[in-house]
Amino acid sequence: MKPAPFELHRPSTVNEALRLLADLSDDGGLILAGGQSLVPIMALRLAYPPHLIDINEIAGLDRIRTDADHLIIGATARHAYLHKPVVDNPVGRLLSEMSHHIAHYPIRMRGTFCGSLAHADPASEWCLAAATLDAEIVLASVKETRTVAVTEYLAGAMTTAREQDEMLVEVRLPLLAEAAQFGFYEFNRRAGDFALGMCAATFEVIDGTMTNVRIGIGGIEEVPRRLTDAEQVLEGQRPGERLFADAGAAAAACVDPLEDAVTNALYRRDLTAVVVSRALAGAHNATVNMGGGDV
Amino acid sequence: MSRIPLRLNVNGTPYDIEVEHRKTLVDALREDCGLTGTHSGCEHGVCGACTIVFDGRPIRSCLMFAHQAADRPIRTVEGLADGERLHVLQTAFMENHALQCGFCTPGFLMLVVGAFESDPEIADDEIVDLLSSNLCRCTGYQNIVKAVRSVAAELRRNASAAGATGLTEVAAGGHSNA
Repeated sequence: MKPAPFELHRPSTVNEALRLLADLSDDGGLILAGGQSLVPIMALRLAYPPHLIDINEIAGLDRIRTDADHLIIGATARHAYLHKPVVDNPVGRLLSEMSHHIAHYPIRMRGTFCGSLAHADPASEWCLAAATLDAEIVLASVKETRTVAVTEYLAGAMTTAREQDEMLVEVRLPLLAEAAQFGFYEFNRRAGDFALGMCAATFEVIDGTMTNVRIGIGGIEEVPRRLTDAEQVLEGQRPGERLFADAGAAAAACVDPLEDAVTNALYRRDLTAVVVSRALAGAHNATVNMGGGDV
Repeated sequence: MSRIPLRLNVNGTPYDIEVEHRKTLVDALREDCGLTGTHSGCEHGVCGACTIVFDGRPIRSCLMFAHQAADRPIRTVEGLADGERLHVLQTAFMENHALQCGFCTPGFLMLVVGAFESDPEIADDEIVDLLSSNLCRCTGYQNIVKAVRSVAAELRRNASAAGATGLTEVAAGGHSNA
């Protein structure tokens, strides 16, 4: 349970990190951010990079900021920075709710939002948030900086569009309309475990009917994604439990579920309907409880 | 492999050591600083026995390399007591029978101390969630929860009095409208 030998590099600027990456990535050099996934993988000798480029010393890289219509999360911003809403927008509150489902407290103190996107585990809460909100991923190398849509970025389980000489420098999450309602529901057998299935959902209710519906699922397929089939069931309709069940059924019908040692595809398909309808009900009921709505 | 010199600041005391880059912080604390109060359990971030306070926050010292902690403030269980006088949380663990074999205890103590200092406003119902971070396989959690609840108010007061930075401020400090 000891990592194989490697050389640790500790750049103090992004440019220095990118130069190191250009020199070392051909030999298998990797970026080390929070290390809460990479270091266990190294301890288990599933990975043995000869070089690690530690970006934790780069000043300002953990910044979370906003522009007119985005929340922008820097490469070393920790999960725990999002425990409380960082922006007065439904996105801030959605991320706050989701953050508490990531592993455990000390892991959230060290692990990073962008690291989760770089790792791209199918059960990553932040990959789900990015997919649901149509995030943009900013990748930099010594040659260029490019912005990639999340649908193009997440290419498969633990697989992304990032080239080996590129560093994920920030993630840009579009803000939601102030009136947007949101819900999140995750199922796993023990708190802190990888999600077996989860759903993030948001919509607005205008004149009694739902619009701008987003339904994202994670932990079900290789890659978290929006389910347009299920979204279409809700668009223009009045919110209600029966309709949410219909959306859940539509979601279950269109997924290609993962299988593992303890769950088969049938189970995860069934779970899809459950997490989708519960996330939608959560979004709806939060507003009802605050005095809005009429159901 | 080559051993590279570095300085660890543990509980206010500097330790000048030489370790390989691959050496985890928990192994450097135990083997090179001789501070064996921090325990090493699963060595991949699951059990929490190695939890310490780094830069004011509770973290797993098996998931960091010693060189990453160079010249930064580290606190371990050895730094909790003031001479012969135990920390209030240590006393609470004794009084509530919150330990039997004691293997997980240093990790639990540093988890709780670090969490209250990072976030003095941590709510009562969050304490159970917090304690689920670490594994105890003999005492059971009821007495650990009881011990922490019995001194939660005092831990909050002490953290506020010590001017705990708080995570909110950490996040807000890095937060601006560009």
